[in-house]
Amino acid sequence: MSELDELYQTLILEHNRSPRNFRSLASATGHAEGRNPLCGDSFEVWVTIDNDLVADVAFQGQGCAISKASASMMTTAIKGKTVAEARALFERFHEVVTGRAPAGEGQRKEARRTLGCLSAFAGVSAFPIRVKCATLAWHALMKAVEEGRGKQENDVVR
Amino acid sequence: MSSVSSAAQSFRSSAHGSWDPERIRPDFPMLKRTVRGHPLVYLDNAATALKPQAVIDAVVEYYTHFSANVARGVHTTSQEATERYESVRVRAAGYLNVDSSEIVFTAGTTASLNLVASSFGSDALRPGDEILVSELEHHSNLVPWQLSAERTGALVRAIPMLDSGDLDLEWLERELSSRTKIVAVCHASNVLGTVVPIDRVSEMAHRVGAKVVVDGAQAAPHFSVDVRALDCDFYALSAHKLFGPTGLGVLFGKRALLERMSPWQGGGGMISSVEIARSSYAASPARFEAGTPAVAEVFGLGGALEYLATWDRLAATDHESALADAAIAGLESIPGVKVFGESASRVGVVAFALDGVHAHDVGTALDAGGVAVRAGHHCAQPLMRRLGVVATARASFAPYNTLRDVEALVAGVERARTLFGR
Repeated sequence: MSELDELYQTLILEHNRSPRNFRSLASATGHAEGRNPLCGDSFEVWVTIDNDLVADVAFQGQGCAISKASASMMTTAIKGKTVAEARALFERFHEVVTGRAPAGEGQRKEARRTLGCLSAFAGVSAFPIRVKCATLAWHALMKAVEEGRGKQENDVVR
Repeated sequence: MSSVSSAAQSFRSSAHGSWDPERIRPDFPMLKRTVRGHPLVYLDNAATALKPQAVIDAVVEYYTHFSANVARGVHTTSQEATERYESVRVRAAGYLNVDSSEIVFTAGTTASLNLVASSFGSDALRPGDEILVSELEHHSNLVPWQLSAERTGALVRAIPMLDSGDLDLEWLERELSSRTKIVAVCHASNVLGTVVPIDRVSEMAHRVGAKVVVDGAQAAPHFSVDVRALDCDFYALSAHKLFGPTGLGVLFGKRALLERMSPWQGGGGMISSVEIARSSYAASPARFEAGTPAVAEVFGLGGALEYLATWDRLAATDHESALADAAIAGLESIPGVKVFGESASRVGVVAFALDGVHAHDVGTALDAGGVAVRAGHHCAQPLMRRLGVVATARASFAPYNTLRDVEALVAGVERARTLFGR
């Protein structure tokens, strides 16, 4: 497979064409925006955290195939997971797209198993300038989760 | 004759020889390298031009034989370095057909425009005054004016662009008034390649006493510029887009204006005498060159200007326009491709979009085949909004580019279309 086909795998192209959870979320507990000033891409991410579980997550905005497919696949990957699991998934994902995969064969297998279809983004590591595209929605998600957490704490104080 | 080459007649004559890019390609070492297993097809010249060996040699010559500070030492090497440094000022002045006392070395076009906006802008602007900035501008000829307006209470207004990509000069003529103090325009657009008729802008602006500040970064690499004939008040360009080193800019300012302007940055080299509470300043251009200048880069620019003198510039300009023509024809033959701008007067810069495919994806698909283009908003967000897009891809040509390069570009965009199923 060429570097280009490796980057734009069928799954990524499919999610780019028909993104999942591509909507806003009125009941969201957290919301944040991710912008890439380099290219003007921007996504909004909404998340509903219920009892430390990602009950619902959605996104809207515009960007390249990598950023849009990544946002779409992120939403399907984290729905139903705990916040800690989502965070750990982002860490694995970040390692794979930056080419800093774990050293041992066993660990690599474990990482692939954790990531599931998100391993489709491994081809990004051959195009370092595109790492920001692949992680744009993830960073926004993390901000949205933090924002939601802040709100809850305020509610408790009140 | 195509629209592009007929168009360019306004800044070119037709009496010149033919141009063979193969003759100059060996002069550019970068053209020998490969990218992802393909020969480099460099079509990002508007971002920065490749350097001929002559420029690299000139920089190395400074560090090898003349490494000394300028305008400060009594020792021999400092004097030799100073003489050579000043000789490049004379050469740059000759290149633009102005006087060497009107040439200031800066860190680049951005620094030059900030210098003018800070110094001249602060001196000249009062609350309610107007700065007219074109819709075509790169952020570097827009944001400095916004900062200047914030400090002085002046207003920034946009000279609109026509759908063709040309400036609306009728609007300019109508809106110029005694309130207008500054008209800031590019000589050539970094996105659409449109060439703005600066001589006409100067004539109109001067009628109401406004000064004309020109961003020449994208014009100077494509054709020879006679600043005296343009009659603008300031003209800025970057050495690195003119086949020279990074980190160096050339600013022309009319002598009468430079002499009256306040300093921009303070420091060594720009003073006449210094006391603890106050100082008096050196005459221009030294007044605007605080600190140790980019001496090695000035040597490099000298190498670039000397090298450029060996080119038939008219033939080179024509060659670039022919490549742009071929690129536009080739790209427009691909279903779903839109080429932006149709000015009758443009240089070899071609912005385009593939329907439904983000410019970054087009850029990556091209990069995989060794073709380097720019993808993004090109530091011209107001223009992107005017065009109704977030980003575009952009191919920009230099005299060392060939028809093969154009073919690689068109084939790469075709591949991207297939890949993304459009």
